[in-house]
This record gives sequence, C-alpha cells and structure tokens, in this order.
Amino acid sequence: MISIVLLVVPLAGALLLFVPGVDRRWYGVGVSGVTLAVALGAAAGFGYGHPGRMQYGVNAAWAPAIGLRFHLGIDGISLPLVVLTALLTFLCFVYSLRYPPSGRLFTALLLVLEVGLLGTFLALDLVLFFVFFEVVLIPMYAIIALWGGPGRRRAAYKFILYTLLGSGFLLVGILLIGVNAGTLDMVALAQRHGAGLSHGVQVTAFLLVGLGLAVKAPMWPLHTWLPDAHTEAPTVGSVLLAGVLLKMGTYGFIRIAVPMAPAGASVWAPWLGLLAAIGIVYGALACLAQNDLKRMIAYSSVGHMGFVLLGIATLTPVGLNAALFGNIAHGLITGLLFFLAGSVKERYGTGELSGIGGGMLSKAPRLGAILTFACVASLGLPGLAGFWGEMLALLGSYQPAPGLPRATFLTFMALGGLGAVLTAAYFLRLLSAITHGPSIRKAPVAALNRYEYLAWVPLIALTLAVGLWPKALLDLTTAPVQLLLGGGR
Amino acid sequence: MIQGIDYAAVAPVLLVAVAAVLVLMLDAFGTPRAVLGWVSSGALALGLASVIALASGDRRATFCLPSGLRGSGPPSCSYVADHFTLLFQGLVLAAAVVVVLLSVGEITRSALPAGEYHFLLLSATAGAITLVAARDLITLVVALETLSLPVFALVALRRYDGVASEASLKLFLVSVISTAVMLFGISLVYGATGAMHLDRIALAHVPAGLQPVASVGVVLVIAGFAFKVAVVPFHFWAPDVYQGSPLPVAAFLSVISKAAGFAGLAITLALGFPAYGHVWGPLVGVLAALTMTLGNLVALRQRHPVRLLAWSSVAQSGYMLAPLAVGSHHLPQAVAATVAYVALYAVMNLGAFAVVTAFGRRLRRGTASYPSLDELADYRGLARRSPLMAAALAFFLICLAGLPPGIMGLFAKIVVFRAAIGGGVTWLAVVMALNTVIGLYYYLAWAVRLFAAPEAEPYDLRTGPAVGLAIGVAAAGAVVLSVAPQIVLQTVSIVT
Repeated sequence: MISIVLLVVPLAGALLLFVPGVDRRWYGVGVSGVTLAVALGAAAGFGYGHPGRMQYGVNAAWAPAIGLRFHLGIDGISLPLVVLTALLTFLCFVYSLRYPPSGRLFTALLLVLEVGLLGTFLALDLVLFFVFFEVVLIPMYAIIALWGGPGRRRAAYKFILYTLLGSGFLLVGILLIGVNAGTLDMVALAQRHGAGLSHGVQVTAFLLVGLGLAVKAPMWPLHTWLPDAHTEAPTVGSVLLAGVLLKMGTYGFIRIAVPMAPAGASVWAPWLGLLAAIGIVYGALACLAQNDLKRMIAYSSVGHMGFVLLGIATLTPVGLNAALFGNIAHGLITGLLFFLAGSVKERYGTGELSGIGGGMLSKAPRLGAILTFACVASLGLPGLAGFWGEMLALLGSYQPAPGLPRATFLTFMALGGLGAVLTAAYFLRLLSAITHGPSIRKAPVAALNRYEYLAWVPLIALTLAVGLWPKALLDLTTAPVQLLLGGGR
Repeated sequence: MIQGIDYAAVAPVLLVAVAAVLVLMLDAFGTPRAVLGWVSSGALALGLASVIALASGDRRATFCLPSGLRGSGPPSCSYVADHFTLLFQGLVLAAAVVVVLLSVGEITRSALPAGEYHFLLLSATAGAITLVAARDLITLVVALETLSLPVFALVALRRYDGVASEASLKLFLVSVISTAVMLFGISLVYGATGAMHLDRIALAHVPAGLQPVASVGVVLVIAGFAFKVAVVPFHFWAPDVYQGSPLPVAAFLSVISKAAGFAGLAITLALGFPAYGHVWGPLVGVLAALTMTLGNLVALRQRHPVRLLAWSSVAQSGYMLAPLAVGSHHLPQAVAATVAYVALYAVMNLGAFAVVTAFGRRLRRGTASYPSLDELADYRGLARRSPLMAAALAFFLICLAGLPPGIMGLFAKIVVFRAAIGGGVTWLAVVMALNTVIGLYYYLAWAVRLFAAPEAEPYDLRTGPAVGLAIGVAAAGAVVLSVAPQIVLQTVSIVT
C-alpha cells in the first residue's frame, strides 16, 4: 500500500491545484514534505534483513489484454533512489521559497515529475516502467521551455527529442523481451536470467534497451542534449535532472538490461565499458575547457555517469554496487552543486568563471566554503560520498566478470584513473578561479538566507554520512545485486 | 426463393438509411435547418442505441447461403453482426454524431444546403456501417461505394468555391481508379478461388498454376483499400481534399472513412486471405513504413493546421497498418492492435478537428467577418483567450504524439509496437520508434504555440453550443480513456 501512497500523494497534490484557492506559498513544500515523510516511513519500516526481497508489493491487473499489471514494489536497489527522489523534490520546493511564488503550473509540473520519477523506481512491470519513464518528459520539457534561460526553446526541444528517441528504442527492446518471454513481470524475468530467450533476441534486446537507457544516462556520444538542457534549465530543473532523471537510465540498466538479457550483456559489455571510459575522459577534458559554471557541472555529470556505466559494464557484484552507490552519491553532490551554481549566478549576475573572478571565500565566505566542500566531494576525496562509487567501479573493472576480456577492462580502468585525475584538475581549477585570490567585485555579496541553508544542509550531511559510512548503503544493495546477477558470481 | 432477413441485425443500417431519406423529404417541405440537424443526430443516436442493444445479445448473421446451395461448405453469410462489427458500428455512429454537431454551424457559415448535407452525411454513414458488417467481396465493394459516393458531393457542396470543386474532382478520380483496381483484383481472386464469400475464399483450394493469379488479385484488392485509407503511395489526394472540403467533412474523412476502410481491410485480410499472408505481410510492412515516414516528414513542413492534420493522419495510417505486416503469424493479435489503434485514434483526431473547427469560427473584433485562411501561427496565444479550448487541443495533440499525460495515445502506441514485435517484424517497430520522434516535433510545436504570447489581431471566439459540446464529448472521451485505457483494450481483445 505504501508504494501506492507514494504515487498518490504528489499526483493528488498536482490535481488539487486545479481547484481555485489552494495555491498557497507553502503548498508545494507541504505536499512534497508529506511524500518525503511517506518515503522515510517506507525506509523505516523496510525489512533490512531481506533487502533482496520485494517489499510493500502491490500487484493488480490493469489491462489484462496486453498482460499489463499494476505491479509495484521496493527492494534494496530502489529504496535509496526513492528516498533520494522524495528528498531532492522536497528540497527543490524549499529552495524555491526564496523566490516570489512561481504559480500553480510550476508546482503542478514538479509534482507530476515526482510521480514519474518515483513510479519508475517502483514499477515492477515492464510496460508500467515504460509508462512512468515517459511521464517525466512533458513536465521536464515545460520546466525548461517556460522557466529556462535565453536558449531555452532549443534546449527543451533537444532534450525531449533525444530522450523520446531513446524511449522508442527502449519500448521496442522491452517488448522484445516481454513478448518472447511471455511475461512482463520484472521480478520473474530477472529470476529467469534470460532463460527462454534465444541468444539473438538477448543480443538485440540488450542493444535496443541499452541505447534507450544510454540516451537518458547519458553515455558518450549520446550525451549532447545534457549540457544544453542543464545550462538553460532553471535551478530546480537542473537539480532534478542531474540528481534523479539521469539515474533512471542507469537504474534501468541494472534492473532490466543486465538481468533479463545476460547473454546480450556479455556481448555488449566491452563496448559499454569502452564508451563509459571515453565518457569519463571526455567529460573531464570538456570540463577543463568550460568557462560557464553550470555547463561545467553538466559535463562533470557526463564523467561521473561514465563511472557508473563502467561499473555496470563489469557485470560483477562489485561493479553494480559501485554503480548504485555512484548514483546516490552523484545525486546528492551534483544536486548540491547545481543549487550552488544557481545561487552564485543570482548573486554575481553571471555564471561565467571569468565574470565571477575569484575571491568568493573573502566576499561570501559561507557560500565559498560550501562550494569548496561540494567540489571536493565531487572530485572524489576519500571520506566523502563521491569516493566510493568511483573507487569501486575501478576495482570492479580490475576483475571483470568471467568471460569478459580482462585486458580490455584493465585499459578501461587505467582510462578511468586518468579521468579521476583530470576531474581533480578541473575542480581545483574551478576553485582557484572563483573562490581563491583577490576579488574583482566591489559590491558586497548577499549572505545566504535560511531557505538556502534548509535546502543544502541535508545534502551536506548526507554526503558526509554516506562517505564515512558506506557500508549502510552497500549492505542494502549487495543482496539484490547478487540476485540480479544470478547469485553465484 | 424467399429468404428470411434478420431485421434486428440490420437495424442500425436501416435506421440510418431511413433517416437519410426522411431528412431529404423534410427539407423539401421547408423544415428549418436546426430541426434537420436534430433529426440527423437523433437518428444516429438511435442507431447507436440499437448497436448497444445488439451488443448484449449473441452474434447474428443474415443473408446467408440457403442450406441447399451451401454443400458441405461454411454458412457463408454476407452480413454478420458480431462483436467486431458492433464495435466498429458503435465507433462510426458515435463519431458521426460528433461530426453532425460540428456541422451545424458550418452549414450556416458556408451557406450549404442543409437537407442535402445531412442526407449525404447519413448515406455515407450507412455505407460505413454496412462495410464493417460485410463478409463477402461484393457487399464490401457496394458498401465501400455507398461510403465514397456521397463524400464526393459533400466535399464539393461549397459550390461557389473553386478549391472545393478541385478537391472533389481529385477525390472522385482517385476513388474511381481505386475501385476499378479493386474490382479487377476481386475478379482475379474469384477466378482463382471460385468464391465470393470470405469464408469460402479462405478455404478454397487453389491449383498451383493459379496461385500467382490469386496473389496478384490479393495485392490489387489491398491497393484498392490503400487508396481509401490514404496509404503511401496512394495518399496524395488527402491533403488537398481535407483542405478544400468543409472542416466537418474533413473530420468525417479522416475518422469515419478511415475507420471503416481499415475495418474492411482487416476483415478481408484476416477472414479471406490468411493463406496469402506471406504475400501481403511484407507488402503491408513496406507500405506502413513508407506511409508513416513520408507522412511525418511532410507534416513537419506544414504551416496550415488542416494540412498538418491531413499529413499527420497519413502518418497515423502507417501506424494502424503496421500490425498487419505480421502476415498470418499471430494475426488475431495484430487485428486487435489495429482495431484498438483505430478506435483510440478516432477519439483524439476527432477532438483535434473539433477544436480546429471552433477556432475557424472566430470573428475579427468588432466586425462580423471571418479571418482568411488559418495558419498555425494564428494559434499563438489561444491559451490566453480561451484556456479551456487551448488545453483541450494541447491534450489531443499530446495524445496523438503518444506521450503522457495523453496515456491513451501512449497505450495505442504500445499495443501496435507489441503486435509488430510479437509477429516478428521488429524492424518495423524500430522504424516506428524513429517516427514517433518526428511526429512529436510537429505536434509539440503546435501545442507550444498555444501557450506563446499572442501577436495576431484580437478576435472573438463564438463557438456556439454544438461545437462546444463536440469538443466536450471528445475531451471527456480522451480523459476517460487516458485514465482507463483498458476499456478499449479489453473490448478489442474480446472482439477478435
């Protein structure tokens, strides 16, 4: 039941906005706060003894004619993502309190977006998964197109056309699996590990599903929609886009592509690993060349998601755990970074590094300090959240699954290591350019207000907590990952 | 020989046909236009009620071969009222009610002769509901012509308008050629199989030497239907005809004509020619791929709303055709998918046409003159002038694009993809995936215009209650089916 409540609360909240007079300043915070409370309730009542088992299950017939069931559930893989989604949406509403109210349409769109995101992580039926996967498109498009920066129209089109192209391939792929296996039940399909699907079907299905998810993740060279969308989107749009939307792609890899078409996975894994490794290095090099703060964080996402994809490509429990860990860490840290970028841009009137021009630590010490913290976390300092995902992904590619070419993966590991060094280089360059040195700005910079603190402190605390105590998260994901991979390996 | 007729089975057709004559008579005695509209829609509603009453009963068949002539063969009835028939009859009649609602204002505005208009509309509808019940090739052709002939006149009813006459002539020529092609195909099929009833054609034993003849016949029959439902390369009449005809007639062509045409095609292929699946399956697949791709690509370039809808409706024909590309492999599922898509498409496209019709009736502020030809750019800012109408149009367009919140469009797409993949034509599913992206662009570009800042001169929207009701009905249908798409999916799976 709690899975349905998680979806119904934001949906009802969005629909209630059609009733005149309910559009209050605290409305969005209230509804998303209730959703977050429900998600935390689910986390509190979760049976941690059996993280591999689907809990809070709901399974009702929806359209029996096409075998579609309304099947939801939460296991150790989806629980952290559900909580992350509810948390980031709530924090986005809190952060938005600092502006004059942006109207009921904005609130409604964010809530519908939340429905789609939560639904994707809860769905256990292939077609239901696809439906929720598509629900996010129009709200995100509208958020970028209506509240974005100067190039918003182009960016919004690019976002929706690219991702719809991906969705089309994804639909063909999942139906190929569903039709040939005779069921759409994701739990049953994952348990079969491809039994009953011919080698050819598995190879084709993994390619199609993988293409669809790779656009969303995004994987190099399908990432080109991302920098534009991030740069033009309003702050909360960027936060949700980077924090949660990208995870739909990597989550789909782990939940659908790898367990349901294992033969296809082992054929395509080296290619996936190659593109992931290129993405890591490319993302880092592109960051070094950027002069715009938001664009730079966007490209850093390409690199970080490269690590996540590399972890998946190893097809080992270590690698998949790394990917899931990296997902959460990236959601927390990059969410924080985009909040910061929004606040910096607002105070300085520009997002250009040269325009900000150094000295933030003396002009706005708290903003500068938090920015430094977020950058250091993002570059993977041990003890903070960013470190574990990348370290484990590299470790996974040192010892990939049997059957995969080890020498190739060692090369990817080396490339990934190079990428990690370059990541440190561009973040340090960023910090030296805007936080250190003398300030070229005469006017004082406004201090942080309480809504900014409220939105950021949970993210900072969680980044520290997850970094210092990674076992909590890894324990959740280990058992379900082993189930998805077939237990043995 | 005297044969019993099951009047209950043919009641929907009879009701509509009698009403058509009645309307013409009433007009001759000077009955006001409004009354004719009510009689016309009342008769259609009555037909719909009889369809619903029949749906609760068993399958009925009439005009069957007498047992003396039947031999050891199947019963061979020419008119069958099974669930498939009743579903399509219900769909066509419901859509026809909406078209009549749209027509009320159009008749006044374009100074159309009301009696003739309603007579022709009802006659064409009678043809459509006969077509979906026909189970032999002759009845199919006669019904198809009953559907087509009145439409030529309907398109040309704006007698003062050269564009309308040209459109009508174009439609007439294309239609006559397609009928000729189809009749030739039927004669070949008859020559090879010796049967006209579909159930007998399916069972007929064709000698090896005559197999190619029968195959050519099957291909020509498909070509005949392809003209009617505007499938590439027989599509070129659609945009000009849609643009030249009164808008409700364009809606009739793109929804009712098309639904009936697809029903006829599905009946013929599934009941008559399953043995030739290896011939028509790949052909239909290629036609479907060409149709959706060309329709979508050309739709991208359109600046006129009706032309855009025309090309998008060509593209949608491709999606409807796609499941049938499976040939005889998993054919029942494929037919179910086509039927589901046609039914869902009818609701969304009729809605879009209703809003376009309403928008065409706006008046320049302070005057009584209608603006000249609409362009897509004129739709800028509709959301500020009439939020409800803009929301309805945006919703219909998103449904056509197949994205949430237009869940019904998304499910229509999923069903078609599923049927194609289930039948082993994955390549076509990939082509469809690419096409949905192209389709999204132009639907979305139109929807976005509605919410942009207005720049056109101010105008007054006076839709009138009938068109408002039509939009409301279509929107209600679209919302209900988006919340519960299983209504259509379940019905369709029972039917086929």
